[in-house]
Amino acid sequence: MTNSQPTRRDFIKTSTVAAGAALAANLLPSNLYAAGDDEIKVGLIGCGGRGTGAIDNVLHSARNVRIVALADAFQDRADGCERRANELGQQKEVADLGNKVDVKGRVFAGLNAYEDLLKTDCNYVMLATPPGFRPIHLAAAVAAGKNVFTEKPVAVDGPGIRSVLDTYEKANEKKLAIVAGTQRRHQLGYLETIKQLHDGAIGDIVAGRCYWNMEVLWCKPREKQWGDLEYQMRNWYNFTWICGDHIVEQHVHNLDVINWVIGKTPISATGMGGRQRSVPNPQDYGNIFDHFAVDYEYPGGVHVLSECRQISGCWNSVSEAVTGTKGMCQVNDYRINGKRILSRDQDQRAVDPYIQEHTDLIASIRAGKPLNELKTVAESTMTAILGRMSTYTGGYEGKPLTWDRAINSKEELMPKDLGWKMTLAEPPVAVPGKTKFI
Amino acid sequence: MRRPLQLRAPQAIFFCCCLPVIYCMISARGPEGRAAGEKKPAVEPAKHEAYTEKIAKTEVAFDMAPIPGGTFDMGSPKDEKNRGEHEGPQHPVKIAPFWMGKYEVTWDEFDVFRAEEGVKKPEDNDKKLKADADAVTGPTPTYVDAHYNFGGGKQPCIAITHHAAMEYCYWLSKRTGRTYRLPTEAEWEWACRAGTKTAYFFGDDPKDLGEYAWFSGNSDEEPRKVGLKKPNPWGLYDILGNVSEWCLDHYQKDGYTKFALDKPFLEPVVLPTADRQPDVVRGGSWVDEAKNCRCATRFASEKSWYKQDPQRPQSIWWLTDADFVGFRVVRPVEEQENLKGLRSKVTLESK
Repeated sequence: MTNSQPTRRDFIKTSTVAAGAALAANLLPSNLYAAGDDEIKVGLIGCGGRGTGAIDNVLHSARNVRIVALADAFQDRADGCERRANELGQQKEVADLGNKVDVKGRVFAGLNAYEDLLKTDCNYVMLATPPGFRPIHLAAAVAAGKNVFTEKPVAVDGPGIRSVLDTYEKANEKKLAIVAGTQRRHQLGYLETIKQLHDGAIGDIVAGRCYWNMEVLWCKPREKQWGDLEYQMRNWYNFTWICGDHIVEQHVHNLDVINWVIGKTPISATGMGGRQRSVPNPQDYGNIFDHFAVDYEYPGGVHVLSECRQISGCWNSVSEAVTGTKGMCQVNDYRINGKRILSRDQDQRAVDPYIQEHTDLIASIRAGKPLNELKTVAESTMTAILGRMSTYTGGYEGKPLTWDRAINSKEELMPKDLGWKMTLAEPPVAVPGKTKFI
Repeated sequence: MRRPLQLRAPQAIFFCCCLPVIYCMISARGPEGRAAGEKKPAVEPAKHEAYTEKIAKTEVAFDMAPIPGGTFDMGSPKDEKNRGEHEGPQHPVKIAPFWMGKYEVTWDEFDVFRAEEGVKKPEDNDKKLKADADAVTGPTPTYVDAHYNFGGGKQPCIAITHHAAMEYCYWLSKRTGRTYRLPTEAEWEWACRAGTKTAYFFGDDPKDLGEYAWFSGNSDEEPRKVGLKKPNPWGLYDILGNVSEWCLDHYQKDGYTKFALDKPFLEPVVLPTADRQPDVVRGGSWVDEAKNCRCATRFASEKSWYKQDPQRPQSIWWLTDADFVGFRVVRPVEEQENLKGLRSKVTLESK
């Protein structure tokens, strides 16, 4: 037998339990050619690398999609995104689907640019700003009657979560569709694995653990011409009020998988963590922590260990695992009691989940059966916020911080009356045992 | 845009006519015009010796093995089992002597580069180049575990782009004062074959592959620390399997059809372009079956190797979906003319 270009992944034959034809059907985006041809007119709020990525994804996700407007707090970001979006619109696959980019005259910049964008005739808004702004943008988008693709996480504090849950109800009333960028929920391997867990493959879940331990992430050192707000927004990852800290911004993915598997949210959490910041310029890293270890208690005495760390040179892992009464599952490996549910080869050939999430959202809109994932992602975000709060404070009155208390927190992290000329001191770093729960 | 194959025919003629040693070697290969695939590889005795390169001011060092010059038939014969069409036609190629890393580049080595030249944001590299066009640029932070749960240290460096591997070599050359670069595809195959002409350097039957290589049949789905298996006849460890290795060449599916079959080309290479792909990787890896870990097996990098990078532009340093790709370095005894000063042309704007 001869081959031309050998297939990349050969494990399919050696180490896979038969996954069957049901999986094969998923190797193209399902519903790519769904009925209903309403034009999807996309407006993007948040023109960074992820927002630009979402433009590329949505352009590949369905037919009859047009990017119509862009908004960002910064003119340079909006302009850069316009240039790249126009390039992305030139791709052959995009033209083949009848999709295009047509944003001329509808590129908005400034702190209120999102309001200008929502006044256009777009019917599909993608929210990809830093997460601190998400509750405001979600509420405004739903008030304006738009369907929404929202990046994760969807808030950074208790008031934000309560606002988002309110928006969830309003979206349901208006029959608006919302899908979140927790893309594992649209990833073939996770879907198949967790379906089997829900069907009892390892019995009842009794424990879990999840990690996002990686190296130090980016920062943007201050430049002279920037005011206080511009600096903190451009260096947003490193400020809790905009980012939520990395347990919220990043580890939410793994906590979302745990909540999905267990089917519940935690009752309480107790965490420890801090900020070693053994990097050349620690002052460039704002006020976030660089490590958290949190023990979550779920109903029924089920405990989940969560770790997230951004320190270079350490053991790293981005993963989720659960133990049940009849075995264990390494969820991110799609492996149940040692056997893979999906081979590496099938995983490699599966649809990009970053595209599938738009395919699913658009299909639900065109079918008149709007998906609304906002509550689920709000709960996963709240799970991460609970972990951060329990770590920052060290607990409440000498006990683990409860979900009920945390979700009713009165602490609003976003400063009042944002303006480019405002004086905005860098917020302090939390000190466990001294920082108070508010 | 792909660049035309860079052939060095005039130099080859000059080289052959003027150097008596080479002339004898060529003559010894028998009558001119014999079809490729029938000749034994002709290996010149190596005059250079093995050495250990220490990266100054660090604890990190790596071993370089001398690879002799010589002539061989590149690619696989038509009757080789599991052969890909793009592995042919076999064509004679002449290689100048060089050194090659005994092992694949490890995280220990790559981490020195990251520590010294890594940047916080992509635009920091633009600032470096604006200040000095010859400045070394460095990797951006990864959003995930760069080791993909396999660990660092003596594990082979994985999931790095062709651009990252080339820029590492550029840094290493400046850092050590000696020219290091990726092997050309021809150099790689010559070094891998080590004077043999069978499908594997130990014969045609893959049953012994496990003694020399980590492949899907024995890897248990993990790349392994470098150097745990037997080396090839020229002392190269993991040259088949473990991680697929970047070559310098831009991939051309029909690249081998552009060579004459009756006289050897000197040092062929398809220069890398400003495009992100396709470039050549060789040797197969821990995810590949034995049939794809042959000396002549070629793979080309592709867009899907970045699939899960959600940013646009996508990283030019990290491959989110290619935890089976690594590299090893070579050092030419005398650098071939068309590779002098070569640097990656890939930028964030590259397609």
